[in-house]
Amino acid sequence: METFVVFFLNGISYGLLLFMLSSGLTLIFSMMGVLNFAHASFYMLGAYFAYQLTGLVGFAAALVLSPLLVGLLGALFERYSLRKVHAFGHVPELLITFGLSYVIEQLVRLYWGSSTVDYRVPEALSGTLFTVANVAGQGLTLLGGAADPAVCGPDTGNSCTQFPIYRGFMALVALFMLGSLWLLLTRTRIGLIIQAALTHPEMAQALGHNVPRVMMGVFGGGCALAGLAGVIGGNAFVTEPHMAASVGAIIFVVVVVGGMGSLAGAFLASLLIGLMQTFAVIVDVSVASVMQDMGNPVSFDHWAYPLLKITVAQMAPILPYLLLVLMLILRPKGLLGTREE
Amino acid sequence: MDHNIPRYSFKPINLGRWVIWSLFAIILLGAPMLFTSSLAMTMLSKMGIAIIICLSYNMLLGQGGMLSFGHAVYSGLGAFAAIHALVKAADGSWNIPVSLIPLVGGFAGWLVAVILGSVTTRKSGTIFAMITLGVGAMVFSMSLMLPEFFGGEGGISGNRVIGDPVMGITFGPQIQVYYLIAVYCFICTAAMFAFTQTPLGRMLNAVRDNPERVEFIGYDTQRVRYIAFMIAGFFAGIGGGLHAINDEIVTAEVVGPEYSGLYLLFTFLGGALFFFGPILGAVLLVFATVLLHELTKAWLLYLGVIFLMMVMYAPGGVSSLIMMNVRVAAFGLLRKLWTAYLGLGGSALVILAGVAVMVEMVYHIKLNEALGPMMTFMGVELDTHGVDAWVGAAFVTLTGVGMFEVTRREFVRQWGQAQEEIENEIRRRESH
Repeated sequence: METFVVFFLNGISYGLLLFMLSSGLTLIFSMMGVLNFAHASFYMLGAYFAYQLTGLVGFAAALVLSPLLVGLLGALFERYSLRKVHAFGHVPELLITFGLSYVIEQLVRLYWGSSTVDYRVPEALSGTLFTVANVAGQGLTLLGGAADPAVCGPDTGNSCTQFPIYRGFMALVALFMLGSLWLLLTRTRIGLIIQAALTHPEMAQALGHNVPRVMMGVFGGGCALAGLAGVIGGNAFVTEPHMAASVGAIIFVVVVVGGMGSLAGAFLASLLIGLMQTFAVIVDVSVASVMQDMGNPVSFDHWAYPLLKITVAQMAPILPYLLLVLMLILRPKGLLGTREE
Repeated sequence: MDHNIPRYSFKPINLGRWVIWSLFAIILLGAPMLFTSSLAMTMLSKMGIAIIICLSYNMLLGQGGMLSFGHAVYSGLGAFAAIHALVKAADGSWNIPVSLIPLVGGFAGWLVAVILGSVTTRKSGTIFAMITLGVGAMVFSMSLMLPEFFGGEGGISGNRVIGDPVMGITFGPQIQVYYLIAVYCFICTAAMFAFTQTPLGRMLNAVRDNPERVEFIGYDTQRVRYIAFMIAGFFAGIGGGLHAINDEIVTAEVVGPEYSGLYLLFTFLGGALFFFGPILGAVLLVFATVLLHELTKAWLLYLGVIFLMMVMYAPGGVSSLIMMNVRVAAFGLLRKLWTAYLGLGGSALVILAGVAVMVEMVYHIKLNEALGPMMTFMGVELDTHGVDAWVGAAFVTLTGVGMFEVTRREFVRQWGQAQEEIENEIRRRESH
């Protein structure tokens, strides 16, 4: 039970991180019709910039500066490359962002090298936020900070699971960011113009708003969100040139499963996939083991044995994609999607 | 009378077509006689394979408007099926000649496309692209979970020299494998070209250009996409099967995203608008992965930048650039442009030299620090820690950019003039 609570929280914080990524992607997609293939590359840039800036000005400043820098790069890319191919249609737009993802990955390898960089959680945020302990006779208890060895020591017989401060910090930053984004979009004049440009670009243009510039801003803003996710995700996981490719496919799955262009759908799908991936790792069950428990074991030399012996934990990396395939078969427009195509 | 019939179309035989296909066959036959070194042999074999795969990819991208990020899944699984068939043939449990093993790969590619295509082709356009990426990632992750089929880290290896020689052919020497690849390459190219001429091929173009209207006429766009997807999977699988015979080893990376990305990049660079574009792309692919790869560690960076430029300024790829110039040449105007081309090419080379020096210096600093600050680039000693090398490289780049801009303006003016003359000429001919 105590592991369940902590894994649940871990899953939520990972899901929120995914949502920070997919919300930017969804906003850009629903506004410009552009699927930004390089979105995860901006996530990676955020992590690398933060790594570099932490050494220069400290983590707190990097947390602000790095997303701004990434957002600026995104806006420049939109202005000088993406806008040029806008007239050719959506496939060239997708292709140019695909090319950009190549270039960014190679530049990162060129400058920071091909191996993992030492981007760490800052001292003040490392450590344990609280411990969930299953104490004999008392049931589940919540202890602040790292637990007293008298309760959780190896020979007490109590099982304890710790929740790191940084995971909490990640969730907090994500929630704060998403809250302010929501306020910006629904409660301010800028948000009003963005929404107008989203649904009625010609009318907004006719009223004197510079729609291309709004689009540049949205693209930059989406990239900045990805950059922020990189700053807080890079040190929680690993910062290496391959991180863009591994996250990129997942956020595409999130966006399709949630329903193209639906922010609420992306939110649900992010949490779903975050929880699913976190929990799958601890489920050590396979078809073969279930059949064994039911009393008819599969023999080792059965042709399907290699397939049946794979545990859910081993399957964790492909679960999101299986979900994608299932979703497409059962509900092609996604969880909360409205458009069929 | 319709005046728009191609000029070399004669009935009952289409002479232009016969000439082109004969030339293609002669090139395939004669290439190993001209280039006899073992490196050239390897490259030619790889080119033949890449041509089949890139053409099959273009069936989706160029003809169907389907941007797939997971084409390596079909060629790669075809390669795995073929290598397993080769192993089975070697231990005698399957009685199948080596020359037919690529068809096993093709069948496997088709089967995988039947299964996965039923899901991916439900959507088109951008969403199709995202789904193929997800499916590609899924298959690649599975390759790590199923070492029994994919061979884990070491891959699966086989031996193509099995059974008794038939007419002296053992497939031991590379030249025999090359000719096997050449035969498959020619047949597959012809078959894929023939496909573009069928009603289904035409329908596929219609689905690409205007799916709504196709639905209106009564066709099922999803079905057309699905059938094309299966056929593309079949040819990709044949390419994969040839890959298995050529290399005698197949590792899990052939189903991975790197390969999918390369097929996409080079099919686009070759040009998706013309049938022969992917053939050029495949040749470039082999040159880049074999030669450029040896020349510099930053080859993917250069490739990415070239790709970006291409998408922005020449979205039809190399083949469309060629065809545009063929049109100009056909009206006898190319000789007016050659000075501008010389200027453009020269200044582009200057930019390339400047940028390449800087990129290589960064690589040298990052990777070869132990060898000291000195490096040689194109025979020139450079001190990567000195200011002068950097200033020099930056200066060369800037000069190149300046020259390029000047010649570009001149070129645009001349090009516009040439196009205008062509238009006038066409109008003049029409009025006669």
